[in-house]
Amino acid sequence: METEKKHALQKLMDNPWLLLVLGVVIPTLSYTVWGWIELANMAPATLP
Amino acid sequence: MSNFLQGRSRQCGTTGLPVCLDAAFFIKANAVFAVVSLLIGGIGAILLGLTRWSAVHLLSDVMYYRILTLHGVDMLLFWILFFEVAVLYFAVTSPLNSRLFSTKIAWVSLLLMVVGAVLTNVMILQGKGDVLMTSYPPLMADPMFYLGIILVAVGVLVALYNFFATVYIANRDKTYEGSMPLVTFGALAAAIIAVFTLLHGATALIPTFTWSMGWTPEPDAGWYRLVWWALGHPAQQVNLCAMVAIWYFLASVTTGAKPINETVSRGAFLLYILFINLASAHHLLVDPGLSASWKIWNTSYAMYLAVLASLVHGFTVPSSIEVAQRLKGYSKGVFDWLVKAPWKDPGFSSVVLSALIFGFLGGITGVTLGTEQINIIAHNTLRIPGHFHTTVVGGTTLAFMGLTYYVVPLIFQKEFYLKGLARIQPFIFGIGIVVMSIGMSLAGSYGVPRRHYDVEFAGALLPAGFDSAAHFMLGILGIGAIIAFIGLLMFVLLTVAAVFFGKSLETSKWEGWQSEAAMAKNREIYFKRDAEYEKASHKVSGTLTLVFILLVAFVVYYFANWKALTDVWFVR
Repeated sequence: METEKKHALQKLMDNPWLLLVLGVVIPTLSYTVWGWIELANMAPATLP
Repeated sequence: MSNFLQGRSRQCGTTGLPVCLDAAFFIKANAVFAVVSLLIGGIGAILLGLTRWSAVHLLSDVMYYRILTLHGVDMLLFWILFFEVAVLYFAVTSPLNSRLFSTKIAWVSLLLMVVGAVLTNVMILQGKGDVLMTSYPPLMADPMFYLGIILVAVGVLVALYNFFATVYIANRDKTYEGSMPLVTFGALAAAIIAVFTLLHGATALIPTFTWSMGWTPEPDAGWYRLVWWALGHPAQQVNLCAMVAIWYFLASVTTGAKPINETVSRGAFLLYILFINLASAHHLLVDPGLSASWKIWNTSYAMYLAVLASLVHGFTVPSSIEVAQRLKGYSKGVFDWLVKAPWKDPGFSSVVLSALIFGFLGGITGVTLGTEQINIIAHNTLRIPGHFHTTVVGGTTLAFMGLTYYVVPLIFQKEFYLKGLARIQPFIFGIGIVVMSIGMSLAGSYGVPRRHYDVEFAGALLPAGFDSAAHFMLGILGIGAIIAFIGLLMFVLLTVAAVFFGKSLETSKWEGWQSEAAMAKNREIYFKRDAEYEKASHKVSGTLTLVFILLVAFVVYYFANWKALTDVWFVR
């Protein structure tokens, strides 16, 4: 029986576990980790 | 092949979908607590609306902030989270033809959520949590306030574990063929976003709890705001996914619509999963510790991919309805299909009003206010609640109400009383929210701040305040709040009367919101796959017209805001 080849994007959308990992990792890196790095590197305020 | 336990399922006589009886119990339980939270939050809403209306100014200053905390927590966290757990249990069992993974885990989740919600509400009403929903340090509440929210968050995480475990057993037992149904895929997107959201919620609130216990030092304010908003905003993106999944579900049930291209709709959900949580950065656009690169990347470049997803859904849902309606013969002119739609079905009217309010008011204002430069003239003004009341209330809550009009007869198996009132309820609630939000947005345009008890600054050494036009807008806000509250009260009373005192439908057939012939026609159209359907799916002139109206409205609003910015910010 001939099996239809799935598009890579369709494979991704049919894989809930990979979606779960990407859905947590991407915003965590872009928003949280990058934000933490910026806050950690903030220079202390100087008094006028 | 289904995997239901012996005697633990039934078939719905109206939709033909299988119903897992264990899931149905927890859908009912979570829905009941959701409606209770909605009522508490709604009572808070009318008290706040009548306080912001300057001519009434109902509450005292202390009570204003207390009720504002109560309203925010019950509406934006508890009502939404309880209802979403109900949606997740439904979407992962009936459409997947699967049983719920574990009733014990569902019990643990429910108990944690109920205990947490009760604890937080009690703390707020006792005056031990006057810190607003955001609870920014250095404001400190009673430890039990934080513990209550943590318990709710953990309870939802437990429910999410049950959801993913059910996806696993449905896959393992091959209870469905091919790709997951679109409604379940939308729920999956909501669940994934919820995992990110609740992990951040725990990261923000556990140190705040230990600080309030005196065990650890005060959390850094900038750090807290960054992490808390990865709870506060994404919690509303969970709603968004659930709302869109409900749009697809109710559109198919009430009109026989099916997405004209499921892959495109799934792709839009994928964009939500990957990018929508970056929108949290909107709340930090004036925070000094974060760079312009971080702000612009997270709120604009990457976030616009999620906006694209909303535009895709905003096209596919109405276009699928248009195709279904045209196939029924309503094909005269551009909008005959819309005029002759089943407006008396509250499931349908809720979806259309939800999509219109969400897209035209919530979407346009959201993208505009999320622009870093424009945000500076709108930040912390009433324009912000003016925006999010059109998304989370006019959009999400209205969609959730629409679903309830089907959940009660199909899952609770109870008939509604006073169906005439139910048919007009979505219009009353929708109109109220629109009027209230317009009042908020216009008052905010005058600079009226949000979360503020007395915008006249009575007793201040230097005279301050706003001109009469701003107070007129606050009056419109108050009138809108009254109309919306009447709509909310109608919904709660109709639902409670049906659930607890309604005629049982276990042995009799449900009359439905539409005639039997109309529902049969919907089913026929839904399963149509012939050449006529293919031809009709290319004729969506009505939806395209709506899309262009949206585009023009967005362009006008966006550039009007840049103009307003240039009026206050001289660039030489």
